[in-house]
Amino acid sequence: MTAMSSSWIDIGALAAIPIQGARLVKTPKGCIAVFRTSHDEAYALEDRCPHKDGPLSQGIVHGRSVTCPLHNWVINLETGAAEGADKGQVATVRLKVENGRILLDASGLAAIGKKAEA
Amino acid sequence: MKKKLVVIGNGMAPGRALERLLEAAPDSFDVTIFNAEPRVNYDRIMLSPLLSGEKSFEQIVIHGDGWYVKHGVTLYKGCTVTDIDRAKKTVTSATGITADYDKLIIATGSQPIIIPIPGANLAGVLTYRDLDDVQAMMLAAKARGRAVVIGGGLLGLEAAAGLKEQGMDVTVLHLMPTLMERQLDTTSGHLLQRAIEARGIKVITKANTKAILGAKRVEAVELADGTRLPAEIVIMAVGIRPNSGLAKTAGITVNRGIVVDATMRTSDPDIFALGECAEVEAQVFGLVAPLYEMANVAAAQLAGDETVKFKASATATKLKVTGINLFSAGDFAEGSDREEIVLRDAARGLYKRLILKDGKLIGVVLYGETGDGAWFFDLLKKNAEIKEFRDTLIFGPGYAGGAAQDPMAAVAALPDEAEICGCNGVCKGRITTAIDALGLKTIDDVRAQTKASASCGSCTGLVELLLKSKLGDAYNPAAVQPMCPCTKHGHDDVRRFIVAKGVKSIPDLMQALEWSTSSGCAKCRPALNYYLLSTWPGDYKDDSQSRFINERVHANIQKDGTYSVVPRMWGGMTSAKELRAIADVVEKFNIPAVKCTGGQRIDMLGIKKEDLPAVWADLNKAGMVSGAAYAKGLRTVKTCVGTDWCRFGTQDSTGLGIKLEKFLWGSWTPAKLKLAVSGCPRNCAEATCKDIGVICVDSGYDIHFGGAAGLDIKGTDVLGHVDTEAEAIEVIGALTQLYREQGRYLERIYKWAKRVGHETIRKQTLDDKERRKALYERFVYSQKFSQKDPWAERASEGIDAHEFAPIADLRLEAAE
Ligand code: SRM
Ligand SMILES: Cc1cc2nc3c(=O)[nH]c(=O)nc-3n(C[C@H](O)[C@H](O)[C@H](O)COP(=O)(O)OP(=O)(O)OC[C@H]3O[C@@H](n4cnc5c(N)ncnc54)[C@H](O)[C@@H]3O)c2cc1C
Ligand code: SF4
Ligand code: FES
Repeated sequence: MTAMSSSWIDIGALAAIPIQGARLVKTPKGCIAVFRTSHDEAYALEDRCPHKDGPLSQGIVHGRSVTCPLHNWVINLETGAAEGADKGQVATVRLKVENGRILLDASGLAAIGKKAEA
Repeated sequence: MKKKLVVIGNGMAPGRALERLLEAAPDSFDVTIFNAEPRVNYDRIMLSPLLSGEKSFEQIVIHGDGWYVKHGVTLYKGCTVTDIDRAKKTVTSATGITADYDKLIIATGSQPIIIPIPGANLAGVLTYRDLDDVQAMMLAAKARGRAVVIGGGLLGLEAAAGLKEQGMDVTVLHLMPTLMERQLDTTSGHLLQRAIEARGIKVITKANTKAILGAKRVEAVELADGTRLPAEIVIMAVGIRPNSGLAKTAGITVNRGIVVDATMRTSDPDIFALGECAEVEAQVFGLVAPLYEMANVAAAQLAGDETVKFKASATATKLKVTGINLFSAGDFAEGSDREEIVLRDAARGLYKRLILKDGKLIGVVLYGETGDGAWFFDLLKKNAEIKEFRDTLIFGPGYAGGAAQDPMAAVAALPDEAEICGCNGVCKGRITTAIDALGLKTIDDVRAQTKASASCGSCTGLVELLLKSKLGDAYNPAAVQPMCPCTKHGHDDVRRFIVAKGVKSIPDLMQALEWSTSSGCAKCRPALNYYLLSTWPGDYKDDSQSRFINERVHANIQKDGTYSVVPRMWGGMTSAKELRAIADVVEKFNIPAVKCTGGQRIDMLGIKKEDLPAVWADLNKAGMVSGAAYAKGLRTVKTCVGTDWCRFGTQDSTGLGIKLEKFLWGSWTPAKLKLAVSGCPRNCAEATCKDIGVICVDSGYDIHFGGAAGLDIKGTDVLGHVDTEAEAIEVIGALTQLYREQGRYLERIYKWAKRVGHETIRKQTLDDKERRKALYERFVYSQKFSQKDPWAERASEGIDAHEFAPIADLRLEAAE
């Protein structure tokens, strides 16, 4: 347990995110959107729609998906892939919820902001 | 020689372990038990039936005094162990008794969590864990009075139901939006809430308890929103935490619970831990099934069988409140790799949801009828292949493996007396006779001739099947466009249903209309939210998570994720003070663009989301409120200068525009609503391409409606002429209200008018004075609840503060 624990970052309480809502985590490489579903699960994705960089954190959350606020692409929260006819992929970050706290996988942060750097 | 076994705690887990051990190796141990509770081992689960009066203590005892005598077990009642000396291998109690051990079992259970709020230690604040708690509750209940239960989980609800049975006035406070959210999905959580409320128990969800008030004893509970609930007792049932302090002090490895391996041994191989205090495979447990499994393992290990190991399996939950049937097991979340099968039978109050993954059942939620729970749970635990009977799976073992039911055949098999339409009491025979005798062809024909499906519409599907069974392929349903793929119902059916059945929440509506998804989608949720909001002003609580971002944060999102802000300029008028405030805000927050809009006001674009509340606070200070440039609601009322200045002006068009905007602002409508008032037929305010327009003339006011100048260009139709300003306002209020009540979500006035007919609108909002007045009054009533500036609520009252701040900022941390 302890060997792993250094790579998990406590970013706050699950209860601080509205149900079927999202909040942001700011990182040096850009923002991560942390979502909470109606079943109290949490998911973290880069806050940037694969279509035209729309802020996914501002979308409507339904089931395990979010509808982008800019042009209504539907993004799967688990896989980060666009659903339906649209093709695209957004980076996901692993997290776990323990005792009501959300822990982000620090090593996953590296995947964020890749597109911009490339 | 017999070895010495000492047990700390005399709960359900060690009770079971001792039974097994005495069976397997009757003569191998001398057993001594220390129990903090001054009594024998009893069935803790049955405390709820005890509290509700359905059982007595004698009926829930597991091992009576005779059992200990018979097995030669020494039980120290009321002796709390305070020390474990691992070097000397002894334990010592607070009462000074010391006992040696060869093997030790720690089974100290859990402690109820007490939320650390002011007043938490007042007399009258109880937890719900043991017989003492129940006796204290029953004593308090003798005086009737009021109880507040904090926590709407399994224990809280059972306590509430028991206290209600005992004659108390009970309120349950729950922090989350739905009850038992850890075991239930939102739909079943809502059904449960209705059932609890139907017993006369008040339920307040999203209730954040701030303090317990009272001089010596509890007098009231105070919530974060200031609500005060008077109470004589308060039950805290907000959760449990493993009771592992004793083990920790003794230097045994403790994480959340006392860490044990699959043999139930702690970090000290002579010491076992089991029950709720134990943590195995990084999990702790709060239901007896897995604890009994631990008991079996510990007993086998102590008896010398080292092959028996613990393996966690799924657990199932049932609520023990008589008359409420509820079952949940496994993982019932949604996901793209999962399929769900939902069966809703609104009439019988049933809700069943199965979650499948890779052709296996992984989760079950049953509400209303739980008879099949055990069968489903068995399939789940066995990881059984269910592909073969997937189609009938949800109907339970009765159907499993059988042929799928053909709905047409089922309807054809109904007797003629079977009631089809509950609202209007129409039976099958009447409908089929009418179809034959009158040559009915459509659902509307049936509605007109028999009234079936004419009220709430929930039997529409059945009536359609009847039409199809009579007419065969000749029946061609006048394709009702479903709202979205989550439902087969169209917008109008849903609205009719909301009104007819008095439905007041999105989950209730989805349940009653048998939605095929558990939480809807981005298309239906905003529409349902609007329908409920417009139908039940003051009563329905807006669901902000079902709104598009602009309406959730009261600004317009831009392509780069920044926002634009448009304050109202009533009737297009402004002042030096307002313009100065705008100029100041633009400089202070470095706002990159300022623009005059097509709606006679000023737009500030490119504002960072975090800055919005501060921007609004400054604008509010100058008296400006949100212009709702984002709303499916009143946008602008454009005006021209009218009699104030213009040489052609016939009436005070600017004044009327301002009055209209002040009257209509804040209202939510099916789609955006734009008005304009021109002072003469030259029409400089472009009133004849607005949703509602007024052209002032010498003799009064010509009211226009149904114009558009966006995706479609359409000139308005004339609604009619009125003589006075007061009448103009009344007619416009009535027209707006009729549109609010009939318009489909996202349908502008011109489309609505085309659908229902200009003439019927004219009749209701202009000619029929009574109808017009009633509509106007309904609008005025609903405005009482909507005219609160959303910016002020966010800028100074802290509403939705979570929207404007990140949950965490890792930019600095990571730089270190
Ligand atoms: C700011 C403004 C343009 C401007 O710079 O002047 C504007 C900006 C937008 N308009 Fe507009 N419309 C603006 C006046 C108009 C007008 C003119 C008017 O109101 O007199 C029209 C034609 C009149 C009409 O509505 O029929 C107009 C017809 C539309 C339409 C087409 C609506 C339709 O039913 O046909 C859309 C699309 C929609 O709503 O779905 C739209 C949508 C939009 C949106 C909200 C697009 C969007 O969804 O993000 C733009 C928001 C920009 C922003 O963030 O501020 N805008 N838009 C005007 C704001 C008026 C105001 O003060 O509130
Ligand atoms: C009201 C209620 C209803 C429930 N309903 C259900 C249900 O429907 N289904 C279900 O599966 N589960 C239910 N549970 C949970 C179930 O009762 C527990 O999981 C189970 O009783 C735990 O058993 P245990 O042996 O680990 O601990 P417990 O039964 O809690 O026993 C621990 C004992 O150890 C004693 N003790 C603690 N510290 C010391 C010490 N230092 N020295 C000596 N003694 C000590 C305590 O006094 C206590 O008697 C319910 C619980 C409650 C309270
Ligand atoms: S006309 Fe199109 S681009 Fe211009 S503001 Fe309106 S919606 Fe945006
Ligand atoms: S940016 Fe997300 S849908 Fe276009």
